[in-house]
Amino acid sequence: MTAAELSVGDVVAERTVHLTRESLVRYAGASGDFNPIHYRDDVAARVGLPGVLAHGMLTMGLSVETIVPWLGDAGRILEYGVRFTRPVVVDPENGADVAVTAKVGALDEGVARIDLTVTCADTTVLGKAQVRVRVP
Amino acid sequence: MNPDLVGRAFAPTAPYLVGREKVREFARAVLATDPQHTDPEAARALGYADVVAPPTFAMVIQDLTLQQLLAEPDSGIALERTIHAEQRFRYTRPIVAGDELTGRLSITGVRAVGKNAMVTSEAEIRDAAGDHVVTATSVLLIGGDE
Repeated sequence: MTAAELSVGDVVAERTVHLTRESLVRYAGASGDFNPIHYRDDVAARVGLPGVLAHGMLTMGLSVETIVPWLGDAGRILEYGVRFTRPVVVDPENGADVAVTAKVGALDEGVARIDLTVTCADTTVLGKAQVRVRVP
Repeated sequence: MNPDLVGRAFAPTAPYLVGREKVREFARAVLATDPQHTDPEAARALGYADVVAPPTFAMVIQDLTLQQLLAEPDSGIALERTIHAEQRFRYTRPIVAGDELTGRLSITGVRAVGKNAMVTSEAEIRDAAGDHVVTATSVLLIGGDE
């Protein structure tokens, strides 16, 4: 992949991943974030949430991983930022599907801005999810 | 939320040694598929000493600094009233298994929003040589007292 091969608007990667309650427990263990709103329905209900939520950092992490095989080297990532705008509710039986589309948003002097569109149940869950990557 | 936290000096966190199996565990948890995160040979082919951590692994180190913030007796922050609003990472290089990392916390902004506060917390993460690896920035929305 080189800058000359890219145009603004190109979709460079996309995938849909299925999250279950097991995914959330796995992320809790791997990250050390054991906030019970990510695995206990009673706690989620008590604090007024629509259900058990995926960790925002899990959504952020799986979203950027969508482009790593295309990049070939995670070391090309210069900057990555998101806003957490809507929760991902993970149903105990049916889980949740998170869809990620990565598009070239801008190109400038060996750096591409990749814009991630991340949705769950047709709702965008991350705002301004942008990755700045080095392109040779 | 206490505005005096801006500019307060915090000690660096205790060194965190990044293990290969921890990187593999984290990679699996974020549904990573690329072999550079799990296969040392694939990582070496890219010029790294060992497996490459997924980009958001830096949060594990930043969390240690956020715990320092919560432990400040005058912080005025209660975890159950805290919402993670924004997150950003600026990388000099990726984290690789074998790195020994420390994070240094700074609070760069506190802004009142009604009864709540928007707090910007930054963790500068460096390796054992003192070289910059990544800076992680969180914007937290802290609910005011009921």
